[in-house]
Amino acid sequence: MENTNSNNVNSFQKQKNKEEMKKQLITFALMIFLTLIAFGAVISEAMPSMFVVPFILFLAVVQVGFQFYYFMHMKDKGHDMPAVMIYGGIWAALLTLAGLILIVWW
Amino acid sequence: MSHDHSLKPETMPSEPEKATLEGKNKFLGLWFFLGGETVLFASLFGTYLALRNSTAGGPSGEEIFGLELVFIMTMLLLTSSLTSVYAMYHMKNNNYKKMQLWLGITGLLGLGFLSLEIYEFVHYITDYEFTFRSSAFGSAFYTLVGFHGGHVLFGLCWLLTLMIRNAKRGLNLYNAPKFYVFSLYWHFIDVVWVFIFTVVYLMGKVG
Amino acid sequence: MSIAATQKRGFGAVLWDYLTTVDHKKIAHMYLFSGGFFFLLGGLEALIIRIQLIKPNNDFISAGLYNEMFTMHGTTMIFLAAMPLLLGLMNAVMPLQIGARDVAFPFLNSLGFWLFLFGGILLNCSWFLGGAPDAGWTAYAPLSTTSPGHGVDFYVMGLQISGAGTLIGGINFLVTIVNMRAPGMTYMRMPLFTWTTFVASTLILFAFPALTVGLFLLMFDRMFGSAFFDIALGGNSIIWEHLFWIFGHPEVYILILPAFGMFSDIFSTFSRKRLFGYTAMVFATLLIAFLGFMVWAHHMFTVGMGPVANSIFAIATMAIAVPTGIKIFNWLATMWGGSITINSAMLWSLAFIPSFTIGGMTGVMVASAVADYQYHDTYFVVAHFHYVIVGGVVFGILAGLHYWWPKMFGRILHEGMGKLAFWTFFIGFHLTFFIQHFLGLMGMPRRYWVFLEGQELDLGNLISTIGAFFMTFGVIVFLINAIYSWKKGEKAPADPWDGRTLEWATASPPAHYNFKQTPLVRGLDPLWIEKTEGKDEMTPAEPLGDIHMPNSSILPFIMSLGLFIAGFGFIYQTDNSAWLIVLFAGMAILFGSMIVRSVKDDHGYHITKEELEREAD
Repeated sequence: MENTNSNNVNSFQKQKNKEEMKKQLITFALMIFLTLIAFGAVISEAMPSMFVVPFILFLAVVQVGFQFYYFMHMKDKGHDMPAVMIYGGIWAALLTLAGLILIVWW
Repeated sequence: MSHDHSLKPETMPSEPEKATLEGKNKFLGLWFFLGGETVLFASLFGTYLALRNSTAGGPSGEEIFGLELVFIMTMLLLTSSLTSVYAMYHMKNNNYKKMQLWLGITGLLGLGFLSLEIYEFVHYITDYEFTFRSSAFGSAFYTLVGFHGGHVLFGLCWLLTLMIRNAKRGLNLYNAPKFYVFSLYWHFIDVVWVFIFTVVYLMGKVG
Repeated sequence: MSIAATQKRGFGAVLWDYLTTVDHKKIAHMYLFSGGFFFLLGGLEALIIRIQLIKPNNDFISAGLYNEMFTMHGTTMIFLAAMPLLLGLMNAVMPLQIGARDVAFPFLNSLGFWLFLFGGILLNCSWFLGGAPDAGWTAYAPLSTTSPGHGVDFYVMGLQISGAGTLIGGINFLVTIVNMRAPGMTYMRMPLFTWTTFVASTLILFAFPALTVGLFLLMFDRMFGSAFFDIALGGNSIIWEHLFWIFGHPEVYILILPAFGMFSDIFSTFSRKRLFGYTAMVFATLLIAFLGFMVWAHHMFTVGMGPVANSIFAIATMAIAVPTGIKIFNWLATMWGGSITINSAMLWSLAFIPSFTIGGMTGVMVASAVADYQYHDTYFVVAHFHYVIVGGVVFGILAGLHYWWPKMFGRILHEGMGKLAFWTFFIGFHLTFFIQHFLGLMGMPRRYWVFLEGQELDLGNLISTIGAFFMTFGVIVFLINAIYSWKKGEKAPADPWDGRTLEWATASPPAHYNFKQTPLVRGLDPLWIEKTEGKDEMTPAEPLGDIHMPNSSILPFIMSLGLFIAGFGFIYQTDNSAWLIVLFAGMAILFGSMIVRSVKDDHGYHITKEELEREAD
């Protein structure tokens, strides 16, 4: 049952996994970078709040895109239905947010 | 399904998580569940955004949030996302021991995150008397962040059960989808946190 | 494994079989029986409401009890009758229509059912424990947060538990349809009922989480002292209305779309024609679902959202009439030139078209934001939504039951009784609700305990109540018909209606593995295609071989029981914190069974080729 001998896994496949992992590391570095910018933008108070809010929201969306497409492999094939349902969820989420933010206090 | 799926190097498929119908079902089922979770958290975020200025004379977010702690928590959770990617990398290479190791690190990072969150809540309650009941803002804050924390806690219990149950039997086509599906769930927790630190803490500080 | 075989076993064995089953066909039976039971309960509540309103200033029941009646009538009919009856039909038919042996997650399928049932029982326990919820099925805050007693607490916990079951069911159907279609069954060859199951499940997936959150907020406010809807601490009660209707409006499409699917299958079968405009029907379904998500605030025109929001939601609402109109015309065109058989299933379907069209028309009327100020909270709205829900969903369920009864139970329903039930219910339905349009326009408000004399409301209400008795008679005849068919009904052949889709290609009722060999699908209406080529059965897509089947399990029942117990703990811990023990005990049962489920491998079992060959003899 036990099998830890990884040397025998198809070497082509292994190479592919390795390259994939390299991309993941770049993704991670970018995500950390985006997080630093977001925190920096708020702490430094360099921008007026009118700009900083949309800016950090944009950074969050980009970072989440990385998370979905690279970490969760939504870029790979065989992810059509997951993408449909996630975008469906995002659409319903945006409507919900619009409702709760825009027309609650009127 | 045959009862013995233990993988030999020559039978290792490139995507062990989707090699069986059960695996494919689990894979899609969890993705669809995450689609629903998106709406669940959107409803919580919406409620929070509608009530974030309703402090009823109590402390506001700007007064109490400490960005240092939030930054450390963010780093812990983001790193745990990477370590679970490493675990899946080793799963695809059929290196079971390394997969378990990275999953273990993922769990520890998650535990660190959760401990800091509990510390944060206790700090707000004892030092600022900012509670779940003190204002609508308090209710919304603890509910949103607490729901995320609850997801982390559930994920940790899930991970622990998986690791202990499969500690002695190695990777096979029956448990590979289970590990994979867990990693998807864990990434999603990270996705939610990205919006929490942006919308709750950073936007809270901006005012 | 047929029904006849199970009847020979002892009662205990049958009971255990149903408690542990993961077979989608048996789960369907349980959904239908419990949904049917709640339907009778909701109907009884409706009858009590109508008796109270038979004459002015009536005192048949007290005002408080009346509030409980209409609250429970709405809640029961939507969540505990219509939803499970539809989920039951989906469970019974959809896997057969796509040529699958079971659903994707048989264990979760069973869990979804037991969660629904225990949620429903929890909600109805309130009748015996100090009073049912009385804040309307919409449970608007602050009425619901300030309602005394535990009634609304039961509403919150009951719906939370059964809602979780529905969400699980929805995900299960989605994965089943995506992953488990037979070879050749492309998306654009799926029968319309399968398509509408798919779309309705998507709506469940995106709409139910909003209800989950709404119920959590209400629960926290009522049981744990939070302040979401407490104005004094900065809360906002409109949040509840939004969350409720973000769920609530898609919910009505979750109910009506499967009914549309059933009508499509029935019209095409009994007209002996393929469905007119199949592609248009599919896209109309998708469009209705898409638009259905963007219209929730039309329930809130009088809240004061402002003219811009009201206009947007009014226009989006009216747009839904377009895809719905496409569907109506396609059904008419399907029948046009067809060789039509008129039986009970077809009668319910034919009656649906004018009834639902009236409901749709009044829908466009109430969608007009300006005019809605006049209609809002009057019997006009009551008439409107009963025309769409009864005229659409209930007619659809009854049509579907008559159509698929032979497939589900192996017996054909009696035609004479079917027609008697139809005519009395149909006439009773229009008697009850048509007049309510005018009562509403005359200003009669909904949810009032009494109306006064001398306001010209007497005759209308009397007619409405008489109609309710006609409907009751129809339902009783249907029940007698069901029992009669069980005892003496004509045995059904595999294909009693000369059907077109895959469910008619297997025995009635099907073996527990559905298809001995997975069928090969060669186009839309696959069975019909084989028939046109002179064959009477499907071409198999695989040689006869071992069949993998899932194991039965009692765990779904225990998990749901755990949540049921925890529900009481949540409700009563506000009175006495000793109830927290019950809460934790219930949760321990739940999580304990979850751990057992994860730790114990469940590989299922195999029916061998030899057994299958033996069964054929």
